[in-house]
Amino acid sequence: MDPHVLKSLNAERRARRAAILVTDLGDGRDRVVREGDAVAGTLGEALDKAFRTGKSQTAEAEGRSFFLNVHLPPPRIVAIGAVHISQALAPMARIAGFDIEIVDPRTAFATPERFGDVPLYAEWPQDMLARRPLDAFTALAALTHDPKIDDFPLAAALRAGCFYVGALGSRKTHGKRIERLLADGLTQAQIDRIEAPIGMDISASSPAEIAVAVLAQIIQALRTRGLARQDGVAA
Amino acid sequence: MSAPDETRDPLTIAEEWMNGGRDVAIATVVETWGSAPRPAGSHLVIDAEGNFHGSVSGGCVEGAVVAEAIDVIDTGEPRMLEFGVADETAWQVGLSCGGRIKVYVERLG
Repeated sequence: MDPHVLKSLNAERRARRAAILVTDLGDGRDRVVREGDAVAGTLGEALDKAFRTGKSQTAEAEGRSFFLNVHLPPPRIVAIGAVHISQALAPMARIAGFDIEIVDPRTAFATPERFGDVPLYAEWPQDMLARRPLDAFTALAALTHDPKIDDFPLAAALRAGCFYVGALGSRKTHGKRIERLLADGLTQAQIDRIEAPIGMDISASSPAEIAVAVLAQIIQALRTRGLARQDGVAA
Repeated sequence: MSAPDETRDPLTIAEEWMNGGRDVAIATVVETWGSAPRPAGSHLVIDAEGNFHGSVSGGCVEGAVVAEAIDVIDTGEPRMLEFGVADETAWQVGLSCGGRIKVYVERLG
């Protein structure tokens, strides 16, 4: 392995950016391909697939054999609101392999008694996110219903290109939210990425069921990154 | 878990060893069949003294990989190793789980 290649691969991983180490198994040459880099032909197709599935694998292309070692940042969920849905979402998210963090400036909600050892930030999202920024491998679920708390992280998630952005609230609530986000300078196309009402349509009713719907939608978004977004969601 | 675990991540350790002037080989699982214990992409990093970090099989074949890696550090020529119960050497060095793996071993630099 080329030492410079190792250094640049590790730099990409530390920065939480998706990268694939491509090794030619014939001559041992290697290089780092970042998500979005244009690679032509059969190898390009194999790289696209590997970025999407996250599975490292060998690929035959142009008469050569390559190993594609996929390095995707661990997916993370930031839930805005230390609410009942978050209480159910946190343990389920961990079982499904996500890191989850909960932010809520309302100290009556954000208590360790309600959340055990889940990372909990009893502060405004803007303060927490300044230290722990959102990125393309983070899902943001805004669950407070309160624009004072939800709006900032929603806008930040759209600007950061979070792989999933969902917001709790009725269609009417969401209509007003769209107006505020437009006024904040976001484009309609950016705002259209928000899943609202939040969660896959499984007719969820209780907070725990809504948490299932939200987690299902987050998993779908993670596994279809880079593909046409699928419709047919509402809860 | 938001960044690679600096204390256990083999590729981070490989970079540290390299920066410390050590000769390093990197072994990577490139293919698996059956119930292989570690998925494709898993790494073991080895230095010329036989120190190693990481895992390609959960302990079944690490010893053999380390021995080959020391040769690879010497010669600079990468090697493809194959382990599995189909091997004649399965009883000495193999995967008791019944899986099969291919491990690519290369020198860093």
